[in-house]
Amino acid sequence: MSDSSENIIVAENVSKTFPNGVKALRDVSLDVKKGEVVVIIGASGSGKTTFLRTINQLETVDSGKIIVEGVDVTDPKTNLTKIRADIGMVFQHFNVFPHLTVLENVMLAQILVRKRKKEEAERIAMEFLTKVGIADKKDEYPTNLSGGQKQRVAIARALAMHPKIMLFDEATSALDPEMVGGILDIMKQLAKEGITMVVVTHEMGFAREAADRIVYMDSGKIVEMGTPDEIFNNPKTDRLKQFLSQIL
Amino acid sequence: MRRKKHTLLWNIAFVLVIIGIGFFIYKASLRINYSWNWRAVPSYLVYKAEDEIDAPAPGIVEGYKDGELILKTEKNKILHIKVEHPILKKGAVVNEGDELGYNTHYKAGPLLVGLYMTIKVSLVSIVMALIIGLFTGLMRISENPLFKNLSTVYIELVRGTPLLVQIFIVYFFIGTLFSMTRFIAGAFALAVFEGAYIAEIIRAGIQSIPRGQTEAALALGMNYFQIMRYIIIPQAFKRVLPALAGQFISLIKDSSLLSIISLTELTKAGREVVASTFSPFEVWFTVAALYFIVTYSLSLFDRYLERRLAGDE
Repeated sequence: MSDSSENIIVAENVSKTFPNGVKALRDVSLDVKKGEVVVIIGASGSGKTTFLRTINQLETVDSGKIIVEGVDVTDPKTNLTKIRADIGMVFQHFNVFPHLTVLENVMLAQILVRKRKKEEAERIAMEFLTKVGIADKKDEYPTNLSGGQKQRVAIARALAMHPKIMLFDEATSALDPEMVGGILDIMKQLAKEGITMVVVTHEMGFAREAADRIVYMDSGKIVEMGTPDEIFNNPKTDRLKQFLSQIL
Repeated sequence: MRRKKHTLLWNIAFVLVIIGIGFFIYKASLRINYSWNWRAVPSYLVYKAEDEIDAPAPGIVEGYKDGELILKTEKNKILHIKVEHPILKKGAVVNEGDELGYNTHYKAGPLLVGLYMTIKVSLVSIVMALIIGLFTGLMRISENPLFKNLSTVYIELVRGTPLLVQIFIVYFFIGTLFSMTRFIAGAFALAVFEGAYIAEIIRAGIQSIPRGQTEAALALGMNYFQIMRYIIIPQAFKRVLPALAGQFISLIKDSSLLSIISLTELTKAGREVVASTFSPFEVWFTVAALYFIVTYSLSLFDRYLERRLAGDE
């Protein structure tokens, strides 16, 4: 960690073994700079999602350290709710709250966690619902929405907290093909706006276009890391070459 | 067309079976020489009570007009006294305190009073049972061994012993210890019993909510209490509503066991009426009907709630 002031996420030698004995992460170290867009690619079971989830501690680690905005989130004494509020997360299966309307979905955590007044929370919610193009559905319940619309709600819900970091966990994997483009466009837009993003995805087009840096993981390890040009046009390791040949 | 015909046929069969059962009961009662007396039953529900009206002062009855008895006192004062049913004629001489007549008003009979007590004790008990069930249900899924074990012991003990025995223990032991009234002891015993079942219902409901809901809420920075209060319990409640309603219905029916500690609820009231009228058949059928009205109303209310809540899922 040479210039730690600039690194908003610092992961050092993170390892994790699941209770069933699977080694999910082996000595993963990764620094993410402020404003950087890091895309993690790799086959299923490579540990990329597990690693992403350790950043906001939805997944604990067995050893190693993760420091987010100067706070060691792996320290048991750390108040996680505070740091989690600064890390937005978008899930593969959206995880919108089915018992709340679209607007309420985006307002709830603002009121409970950010302690915003109802009017302010509603104003901010509408701002981000408009941004993701779903403001007209504000009074609908999620059941009445398509997958793509639900994911838009989930993105607005995360953004409304004004997070410093956004984590995307295969945000388009559960979507119908015709919905994928719209979500990727929103993610590209966010990347341009300079928010720090860590993205786990199978969308190589997005990785090539939006990433500042691509991380390739396999068997719980970071195998290769570089700019999109380096990764796609100049892969060094055989494993990455093989992976790319399978998916491209 | 053919299908429809069959449905009608089976519906007719249903009605015939019901009539048959009714006829059988009637015949059976004839064989044991039971004389039915349904006419007395309404008075156990509602009856006309008579209030005696007495003369406020000695005097002479002057007449009766517009529902008022005119009484001329010894001091030549004319008094107008409201009496619906006068028993004295004009010219009668009365002393102070003599009965002039009586008024009537409708009063709840013993069965209705008992029903009221059943509803009251059930309501209090349901509220307590919900609170007990919610907390022990949450304790049961807690990772803290203290909470987890405490709730497990409570649930197993309660489910492994008869309610009647628990009522005795609560009434005679805990009730004496904390000098509880019959009502409080009874409601508490019922709540402790049903709370264990409600805890299991709530545990199952909470565990049925996908893990992703908690994760999304955690990722937004919400704490355990907020996640439970705003995300998990509202969704779980909707899912367990039918099971909860069933448990509440059980509770109402189980409240009949409180008659054993002399709480005059519907069943005890029924026993008392039977003891004084010797019409056990009519009274017990009536008691059963009253229980059914309450439980069926609850069941209808549950269905209404389910339909209303179904809108957003």
